[in-house]
Formats: sequence, structure tokens, C-alpha cells
Amino acid sequence: MHSNIDFMIQAPQTRQATEANPYLESFESFEKDASVRTPSWVFPIRKAGIARFAELGFPTLQNEDWRFTNVAPVRKLPFKPVFEYSRDGVTKQRLNALAFAGLKAHRLVFINGHYSEEFSSTFPERTGVRITSLARALITDSALIERHLASYASDEKNAFAALNTAFFQDGAFLFVPIDTTVEEPIHLLFVSTANEAGATSHPRNLIIAEKGSRLTVLETYASLSQGPYFTNAVTELVVGEGAVVEHCKFQDESMDAFHIATIHAHLGGHSNFTAHSMAMGARLSRNDIRTALKGEGAECVLNGLYVTKGDQLADHHMVVEHAKARCNSHEYFNGILDGRSRGVFHGRILVQPEAQKTDAKQTNKNLLLTDGASIDTKPQLEIYADDVKCTHGATIGQLNEESIFYLRARGIGLDTARTILIHAFAGEIIERIKCKAAREELDNLVWDRLEQNPQIAQKH
Amino acid sequence: MLEIRNLHAGVEGKKILKGIELVIRPGEVHAVMGPNGSGKSTLAQVLAGREGYEITAGEVIYKGKNLLEMDPEVRAREGVFLAFQYPVEIPGVNSTYFLKAALNEVRKHQGLPELDAIEFLAVVKQKMQLLELNQDLLRRSVNEGFSGGEKKRNEIFQMAVLEPKLAILDETDSGLDIDALRIVASGVNKLKRADTAQLLITHYQRLLNYIVPDYVHVLFDGRIVRSGDRKLALELEEKGYDWLIKEEAQPA
Ligand SMILES: Nc1ncnc2c1ncn2[C@@H]1O[C@H](COP(=O)(O)OP(=O)(O)OP(=O)(O)O)[C@@H](O)[C@H]1O
Ligand SMILES: [Mg+2]
Repeated sequence: MHSNIDFMIQAPQTRQATEANPYLESFESFEKDASVRTPSWVFPIRKAGIARFAELGFPTLQNEDWRFTNVAPVRKLPFKPVFEYSRDGVTKQRLNALAFAGLKAHRLVFINGHYSEEFSSTFPERTGVRITSLARALITDSALIERHLASYASDEKNAFAALNTAFFQDGAFLFVPIDTTVEEPIHLLFVSTANEAGATSHPRNLIIAEKGSRLTVLETYASLSQGPYFTNAVTELVVGEGAVVEHCKFQDESMDAFHIATIHAHLGGHSNFTAHSMAMGARLSRNDIRTALKGEGAECVLNGLYVTKGDQLADHHMVVEHAKARCNSHEYFNGILDGRSRGVFHGRILVQPEAQKTDAKQTNKNLLLTDGASIDTKPQLEIYADDVKCTHGATIGQLNEESIFYLRARGIGLDTARTILIHAFAGEIIERIKCKAAREELDNLVWDRLEQNPQIAQKH
Repeated sequence: MLEIRNLHAGVEGKKILKGIELVIRPGEVHAVMGPNGSGKSTLAQVLAGREGYEITAGEVIYKGKNLLEMDPEVRAREGVFLAFQYPVEIPGVNSTYFLKAALNEVRKHQGLPELDAIEFLAVVKQKMQLLELNQDLLRRSVNEGFSGGEKKRNEIFQMAVLEPKLAILDETDSGLDIDALRIVASGVNKLKRADTAQLLITHYQRLLNYIVPDYVHVLFDGRIVRSGDRKLALELEEKGYDWLIKEEAQPA
């Protein structure tokens, strides 16, 4: 099996060495920029990232982890990293129209991947809490970051994470010390203003919740433009022993955009981590969510919703690694697919020999609203312990005709009946969001989008 | 109010209704009885507009209009109500939300102003008392996890809120305990007005002790083979359907 994987990496290598060229060239000029060299320990990490990317190249359909998602359109984009911060027509008013922007929260705003101090706002929290930009923290908290950065988002097999490591300039740095609760949610708002094809940002977030701390993070990706830009984000989370972290990512990029994101979470004993992934935007989106349950009794919930139409593709690729005993993991993903859109769900559960009494559940339910929509769903269980409870299930279906009739028989029109049922299907996922303000806003937002979507009513 | 003439309907080539004749006038209560599989629910579903049934002959005139041409939601807004034999569970759709949406659709259609949340709640409170329904049920998803009896009671509660002109109750009595039957029946009776009519489908004469019908019809093999007053129900209770069917078989 191992030789097989080696073979897969080797095979495309020669071809992709040339393809990776613009990236290598770009990296050479990027590394000359003194600002990206501070502090000095960052540079070898970047260098390793670009080397890894050069070795891996863009994944192809032959790569088992990318079987259903063709990233050729991303590869073909001109590579134009946005190196400088610019306000680029962003105003407070335009930002306020975006999801979660009105919510009471600490807010870090990033424009094309660069921290925008003028639009960000935080208020005082308990001593030791850091809510700041990673670029700044690299200077002020260098030693702390050095201990963590790039040690969780393993880019061994993840070319995009490697690319991010090579090129990241900014993102959020959140640090919550021992036994500390951050009362308000922290909202990381990534806005794109790029109209240019291939304009690329590599947001990089590092979130550290120490032992016994509590934290809610909302991560949104939105756009004030329409172009085929590319977001390649990485979020690393360290959830300390007994810490409780809720992370809610809302991907609402422009319909022409490409969005690839990696979330790597490292969970300590008896910690509790919830990751919500809501994917509504982008022409092509891919979320790699990797959760490593590294301490006994850790719990994680991965909860996701993808709502696609037209030619969109939304791919979720999860790896849950049960490394220690008595951990729970629950994955719930619902997809609502319209038009000719496609969904991909790949859920791998890896139970290590030590991880006895593992309880791992996985469900993926899909609603296909048209004959043209499709879903590829694939569970993958690798179990090396013997006392384990693992379940998985996937469904693919249409709206229930009996339910539609019941609603109509009470006077509710066909379009509304369909919208109500689709919304209910989305609601199964949305209701798991613990942060009330975010949950309510998302619920309304999904409802509005469904009502706007003319295709919903088309099929009887 | 409702005139059914020579109604033939079926599914996928299978004939189920084979020439139904039935006239219901305002203020009347009609009971339809008949053995399992005779087509009672099919009649109810066809009247409510369920898709999938082929109407091969006949017509249904409701308040002077061709009922069969209307979409199900239009029928409901025009005052046709079907209490389902098997109410469907709809997870994720809140009961209160659903019923408010339904009531406001009906009101809009009738040119009445929509009710806001507070006004709606007042209506709900009053109707819940009528059916002695536990308010908790309204916080849950439509019918989800309701017991058999709760589902039936909930159907009549919806009827009470929507105030239909023609209510079709498909075996609302089955699955109800004796107390619930009394409560539901008294609710239905209170909803009766001079300008409304009710069509009760039932297997048991017991229900008709509480809701007294003006007419009783026996549906057999897709046709109404006998009509009478409530004495017919008592007779059926005593003798079963056999004697009717045997008589039916002999040419008069
Ligand atoms: N959608 C359908 N597809 C196939 N057969 C059907 C369908 N609907 C009804 N039937 C058949 O038509 C016949 C009449 O069914 P219907 O449900 O109307 O009977 P019923 O009189 O209500 O019976 P019960 O007293 O058991 O409720 C039955 O044989 C039933 O199997
Ligand atoms: Mg029936």
C-alpha cells in the first residue's frame, strides 16, 4: 500500500516540475522581500513549503484524494499573489452588508489576505488573550508562534497547504491562555476585491486555545467583486486539554472564484471541538478538514452544509484521526444541489491501535434538486483498534412528495412548500451552531438565498 | 356545496373509483363507510388534489367551480380541508411556523389581512383549548415524534385554526382512545356551522354516536352501493358488510 502511494507521488513529478515554475519564480522574488524574512525562523519553513509544493505539484484526478475534483482550472490561472495591502474601494458600509459583519464580535478584517487595521475592531478581553494579525504577532510573539506554526497543518500530502506555507503573509493569530474564556465571538472576515484572474491570497490563521479555555471563532470568506480570484487558506487550531472551541466557517466567495481551505485541528484530552463548514459560494471549493484527537476523551463534531447551483462544485474532505482512547467524533454533512452543480464528500476515519472505545459517526445526506446535479460520497474507515464503534451512512434523494402534498393541502403554494422543506434540510445542520447570533443569521441567510434561487421552484 | 358526478379514478391503470355519485349541501354531515381497500382514502385524496391519481371520467363541482382543475393549495384556500389518515412527519419544519404560514395563505386568498405573530398566537390558544391539546406539540416539528393519537388530534386542531368550508376527515377516529375521541368529536361539532359541511370516513359506528351524520354511505369496490341515514351505520355494525355485498351481487 505504501509503495502505491509513493508511486502516485512520483509519477506526475517530472511533468509538474515545469508546471510549478511560475510559483518557484514568484517565490524567488518573494523571498528577496526582507519583510517576509522576519523573524528569521520563518524562512526555512517557507522554503520547505515551496520545496514540498514543487515535489507534489497540483493534484490530479489520479490522486485518490482528488478523484472527483479537477483543479486544472486553478492550475491554469495566472499566479498573481496580492503582495500589498490596499483598501481597494472597501468601505464600512460595503463590509456591513456581508454575513456576520453586523454581529457583536471582535472583528479582524483582511482585504485580499492583508490585515486591515482601519476596518478591524476588538475590545478589551482578559489578560493574556491575543486577537491580532499573524504578521504583527510574528514580531511581538515570535517565540510562542514558533512553537506552533506549521506543526499541525501537515503539508506532507497537501500541495495547497504547502503553497500557503510558502506564500502566506497574514491571517489571524488568536491565543487564549489557560482557563480563560473569551466572551464574545471572534469574527475573521476575509474579503476579496480582486477582479483580476488569478489574484491569489494565502490567508494563514493560527488559533491556540490553551488548557481549559473557551473560544468561538467565525471565519467568513466573502467578496466585493466577481473575478476568478483564488483563495488558498490554512487555519491551524490547537485545542488544549479540556478546552472548548467552536469554529464556524462560512464560505461565500464570488461565483467565479476558487476557494481551497485547509483546517487542521489538534485536540488535547477531554477537549471539545466543533467545526462548522458552510459552503455556498465559489465556482470550485474544497475544504480539507483534518482533526487529530490526540488526547483521551476528546470530542469533535464536524458539521457541514453545502448549497450549490449552476456549475458550482463543493468538495469536503475530512480526516478524523482517533489517536487515543475514548474519543468521540461525529460528522454531519448535508448537501443541497441544484442546477448542474456537484458535491463531493469524502470522510475518512482513522482509528489508531491505541484508540480503544472510539465512537465515530458519520452521515452525509444529499438533496438533488435537479436531474443534472450530482454527488460523489465516499466513507473510508481504517480501523486498527478492536473495541470501536464506527458508523457511517449516506443518502441521496429528492424532496419528499408526501411532505410537499401535506403542506400544499394546507394552502401553502408549491414554491413555498419546496423552499420550506429545503430550508428544513439545511436547518438540521444550522441548528447545531451553538453561537446563537451566528446561527440565527445563517438561518435567515440560507432562507433568503433559497427564496432568491429561481431553480428551486422549477421541478415538480 | 360539493357535487361528485360519475367520478372514475385510479393509479397506473388500476381502477379504484368506479363512478362515485355524491352531493353534499351546506350544513350537512356525511359519513362514508366501507371495507378496507374500497377506495375511501382515494376519494379523499382525489378531492384534496393529490397528484398521481388519474381521473378517467366524471366531474367534481365545488361551490360552483371545477374542483379537479384547481391546484391542491388553491383547494385548501377555497376551504377544502383533508384530515389525513396518516399525517406525515416533517422534520425541521416548526409546527407553529407551518400553521401560521398556512392560515395566512388562506386569509390572503379570502382578502383578509394576514395575522402577525401575536394575533396568531391568540387564535392558537383558543383553538388549543377546544381540543385540549398540549401546547408543547406546537414547539416541535410538524407531527415529528407525535403519537398516533396526537397526530390525529393535531389534524383537527389545524382544521379548527383554518376553519374550512368542507372538511374531509379520513379515519380521524382510528387510533384515538375513548377520551380523545370524545374531545375530538366535540371539537368537530363545535366547528360545524350552517355554511360548512363535513365528510367523515370511518370504520366505526362509535364515532357517529358523537358526530351525528345526516347521511351514511357505503363505499364498496369504488362505488357507493348504499346510502341511508344513521340507522344504516347501526345496521352495518350489526351485520357487517357481507349482507350488503351479497345483496349487491344479486341483480335487483
Ligand atoms: N398510490 C397507489 N398505488 C397503488 N395502489 C393504490 C394507491 N392508492 C390506493 N391504491 C389501492 O387502491 C385501493 C383503495 O385504497 P384506499 O386507500 O382508497 O382504500 P380505503 O378504502 O381507504 O382503505 P382503508 O379502510 O384500509 O383505509 C387499495 O387496493 C389500494 O391498495
Ligand atoms: Mg383509507
